Amino acid sequence: MDKDFNNRRRRELITAALFAALAAVVPLFVKDVYIQNIMVLTLMYAALSQAWNILSGYCGQISLGHALYFGLGAYTTALLFMKFGVLPWFGMLAGGVISAAIAMALGYPCFRLGGHYFSIATIVIAEIALVLFQNWDWAGAALGIDIPIRHDSWITFQFTRSKLPYFYFALVLACVAWLVTWWLEDSKWGYWWRAVKDNPSAAESLGVDVFNSKMGAAAVSAFLTAIGGSFYAQFVSYIDPESVMGFQFSLLMALPAVLGGIGTLWGPVLGAVILIPLTELTRSYIGGSGRGVDLIVYGLLIVLISLARPQGLVGLFSRPNPKKVVSR
Amino acid sequence: MTAETIIQSLASGLLMGLLYGLIAVGLALIFGLMDVVNFAHGEFLMSAMYATFFLFAFFSLDPLLSAPLVAAALFIFGALVYLFVVRFAVRAKANTGMVQIFSTFGLAIMMRGLAQFFFTPDYRSISHSWLGGKTISVAGIFLPEPQLVGALVAIAAFIGLYFFIHRTDFGRALEATREDAGAVALVGIDKNRVFALGWGLGAGLVGLAGAIMAVFFYIYPDVGASFALIAYVTVALGGFGSVFGAFAGGIIVGLVEATTAMILPPSLKSVGVYAVYLLVVFIRPRGLFGSM
Repeated sequence: MDKDFNNRRRRELITAALFAALAAVVPLFVKDVYIQNIMVLTLMYAALSQAWNILSGYCGQISLGHALYFGLGAYTTALLFMKFGVLPWFGMLAGGVISAAIAMALGYPCFRLGGHYFSIATIVIAEIALVLFQNWDWAGAALGIDIPIRHDSWITFQFTRSKLPYFYFALVLACVAWLVTWWLEDSKWGYWWRAVKDNPSAAESLGVDVFNSKMGAAAVSAFLTAIGGSFYAQFVSYIDPESVMGFQFSLLMALPAVLGGIGTLWGPVLGAVILIPLTELTRSYIGGSGRGVDLIVYGLLIVLISLARPQGLVGLFSRPNPKKVVSR
Repeated sequence: MTAETIIQSLASGLLMGLLYGLIAVGLALIFGLMDVVNFAHGEFLMSAMYATFFLFAFFSLDPLLSAPLVAAALFIFGALVYLFVVRFAVRAKANTGMVQIFSTFGLAIMMRGLAQFFFTPDYRSISHSWLGGKTISVAGIFLPEPQLVGALVAIAAFIGLYFFIHRTDFGRALEATREDAGAVALVGIDKNRVFALGWGLGAGLVGLAGAIMAVFFYIYPDVGASFALIAYVTVALGGFGSVFGAFAGGIIVGLVEATTAMILPPSLKSVGVYAVYLLVVFIRPRGLFGSM
């Protein structure tokens, strides 16, 4: 790799570290719980969208059913804690592993499907899981689970008095998702994924293991998404099938990456930073009437951004690069 | 379970399936024409149902009479959606697929918001239409009249569509554009006009379905979402873009749903449909009637 490229990657890493450090001190000055709540959600969506981006953006397998892995993470953690007293940290790990395993098991038949057939299969599978959870009495059925509060501590990962611990965990999660993507971008996998996305047959003929590339992307993506789900369960301490596994949520997870710049390192972060505060603010300032004005604004925004900046907002911030080093 | 109840539920499954076909065919038509999945299809249906409801509420126009009006209104709406949104989405130079998904998805969210804003989230229903609540007995099987008429309308619409595509100039232009949009431009057919009319036709068909659905279904801002998912499955099951496939897909979905409801608790009835979709595409990755 030439020097320019390595410099650029180092610069990206330093930029990310600066942003993370900056984000870490913000809550020391911003004490408002409402704002802190928005910041936690923003970081969570940045992580989720980054995870989605690995499979759909880099590898080009557009999943519209990622709520499945989010829901599995949330439910595994909550059920293990509630029914067997297993600490959320182990539940989180278990949720991640289960989701990754399921992603690969589902990938086995699904990755043979092309384009829309694949995307619709992901919707349908998530929807089957949703219906099953809605009818699964042991797991709280459609009413969902109220996670019992034991005591505030990092051991139980429950905090009722302050949002700050959640904030820092979400920050770490977003950073980890970013770092994993950063690292994968310049790994064998990263190049394979982009080759698979651009032209699977050409990639295959050049010795890329297309099928296993997709499987790898699915596993990493599902694992990170499930960790996000586990975190969400702890954060809101109440989950129900519709809110963690619904189709709507699958799209919401993808949205920051799409609007920020799909298949780019910074797209999901940028998308989340713009989109989530905007959604939350419109919801509380004009949506409080329950009359759907927030939906109108939100929907219009999605239409306008996706039409005006098909390559994502991330292009607005990058300097024109005369020497294109990486093929995208 | 007696043979009669089985025939009874299969018969109502068949009727519902024909309606599903009618809901889905617009989606299939648009997809076949220009490779775009309309993620606002369910909201088109919702708009049609509201239009039918208000024509009934304000002018006491029976849904059967207002159906052509609603279909015409949706035709115009569909053409406008193409001209103002989709035309730009397909022109996008990057990420065309994602831009199409999310521009129509954004439109769907917006339409839902507008429906909530103007019509409130309340459930509404048409209280006393000509067909509502009536059943007819055919050879000992009771068929609900709204669904029966809906099924007949669906069959008529499919026959009409068949002749339209194969026997009229516009239909032929539609077919030609779907084969090769570039070559069509060379012989002087305005691609945009064909696409706009295709969107109009697709929306008009779902408008027709919505007018009938309004007779026996609750009308609320999110009503489109559940039907949209069934419509995607129907279209994919038949093979994307195949109009005949949507028809057959609809019937299969209706029958599978009815069968599942007999075996499993009613709350699980959609699982059967989804499972059949997966089974079909795992065996035939391009649906039943899709070209390989």
